[in-house]
Amino acid sequence: MALDPTTIRRIANLSRIRVEHDQLEPLSRELNGILGWIEQLNEVNVAGVEPLTGGAQMAMKMRDDVVTDGGYPEKILANAPDRNRQFFAVPKVVE
Amino acid sequence: MAYAIEGTTGPWEVVVGLEVHAQVISQSKLFSGSSAAFGAEPNTQVSFVDAGFPGMLPVINRECVAQAVRTGLGLNAVIHKVSRFDRKNYFYADMPQGYQISQYEHPVVGTGIVEVELADGSVKQIGVTRLHLEQDAGKSLHDQHTTKTFIDLNRSGVALMEIVSEPDIRSPEEAGAYLRKLRSILRYLGTCDGNMEEGSMRADVNVSVRKAGEPYRTRCEIKNVNSIRFVMQAVEAEAARQVEVWESGGEVRQETRLFDSNRGITRPMRSKEDAHDYRYFPDPDLLPLVLEQSWIDALKASLPELPDAKQARFRSDYGLTQYDAAVLVAEKATADFFETVAKGRDPKIAANWVTGDFFAALNRAGASIETSPVSAANLGALLDLIVDKTINGRIAKDVFEAMVETGKDPAAIVEEKGLKQVTDTGAIDAAVDAIVAANPDKVAEYRSGREKLFGFFVGQTMKAMAGKGNPALINDTLKRRLA
Repeated sequence: MALDPTTIRRIANLSRIRVEHDQLEPLSRELNGILGWIEQLNEVNVAGVEPLTGGAQMAMKMRDDVVTDGGYPEKILANAPDRNRQFFAVPKVVE
Repeated sequence: MAYAIEGTTGPWEVVVGLEVHAQVISQSKLFSGSSAAFGAEPNTQVSFVDAGFPGMLPVINRECVAQAVRTGLGLNAVIHKVSRFDRKNYFYADMPQGYQISQYEHPVVGTGIVEVELADGSVKQIGVTRLHLEQDAGKSLHDQHTTKTFIDLNRSGVALMEIVSEPDIRSPEEAGAYLRKLRSILRYLGTCDGNMEEGSMRADVNVSVRKAGEPYRTRCEIKNVNSIRFVMQAVEAEAARQVEVWESGGEVRQETRLFDSNRGITRPMRSKEDAHDYRYFPDPDLLPLVLEQSWIDALKASLPELPDAKQARFRSDYGLTQYDAAVLVAEKATADFFETVAKGRDPKIAANWVTGDFFAALNRAGASIETSPVSAANLGALLDLIVDKTINGRIAKDVFEAMVETGKDPAAIVEEKGLKQVTDTGAIDAAVDAIVAANPDKVAEYRSGREKLFGFFVGQTMKAMAGKGNPALINDTLKRRLA
């Protein structure tokens, strides 16, 4: 797989990262280098091997359905760049 | 007759699939311990997990998984003993993590079936493709400020079940019937309250059109439709739009649209142009969800009787018609009410009263079965008064109206208003004699063959007795006197 500048621009857009035009070429080289390195994994024969879903061979732990958290709006809003009363405030996004 | 859109080139078949988002009933959220209750002050039911703070780890709520499994069992679906959570990546201001934890490749519930009944009495099976668990997003308020949107994260992280149907739906009517049935099953199971006004059940509607016998054409997805009526209208409007596009030589583009209920049309949703590029990958914070068969079996054993089974039982045990049984089982509270009224009484008469006068009274009062002024016990007592001939059927209607107004029990109302049926043959004879004496011309006409006049004599006698005469005795007496 190789990433051309158009694909890079699209990924950057989806990720809300601004990429200047003169960065596209070097970024493309860098990412393709990483991908090429990762793609070596394709050489391993994994026919008949179950996918490994985690480092530990165990199932997910579950918790009981009780309310144990929340109730601290000031802490939640502490890093908000902008707020109004107890709401986060962001530039208007409306359909 | 199958539903079709008539175009200039002939009929078009409508193909619909529904994705229903149903909010899971639970105390706390899917992956955090904050409250899932509706309507609290903004951002008071938010943990650091729900707000997407760095380094916070999700831990799954066992009850939310149980609710998904119960729902799967209620939809006659396959339960997957191993499933997995993935990240669905997109940016939106009310989703602080930058991704939604969802189940993409391996949902907890697989294929199932929902049976719907249509107006012509036919039954249709709608396939369920899958049901998976995912997080809800926060809530955006756009109308509080001229240039800003306000965000409340209380709903962020609440558990949702996404229930995806096969594209088996062929008309607005079928779409409505499927949603009503699904909501009924969810409410019976107690896994979702089905309240579309509060947003605890919302539907994405996939619509395409085709000529008979063709493979599927391109579909459009109408997002977030929040009432059954609007879903039905959206199907019709979108299908008509697509027929027009195809017939004018154009091509329907696969896109996300919105239904404008004021104008009754759909329009493209620009912000979702890239939306299908979600870059799913397995959530590295979460291990696979593994369920024990014994746990699934225990959940299955504790399921309540569901609408289909209850409807079958109402028909076989009580001899009700398919229609009456369907109406009575749609809501569990209604079914319970009916069974209380029918207990030890004639079930068909009970069904007639519940679906007739009782429903009409609730409608008029804008009341629900929970807030009904007439209890099931009192309605049953009213039927007893008819059976033991304390009152006649005509008077029973008046007593019922008084029950609706006052909430009193029927015996008290009959006593108070002196509505007891007159079965004293002497009193009936006297009333009949008076009517016959006062209408010699009508009596002559009747005797010469105008038998329709019998009803007139019954009516006059009943009127003279203030409605309280025993109808059977009045009939007998009149027949004898007029012979």
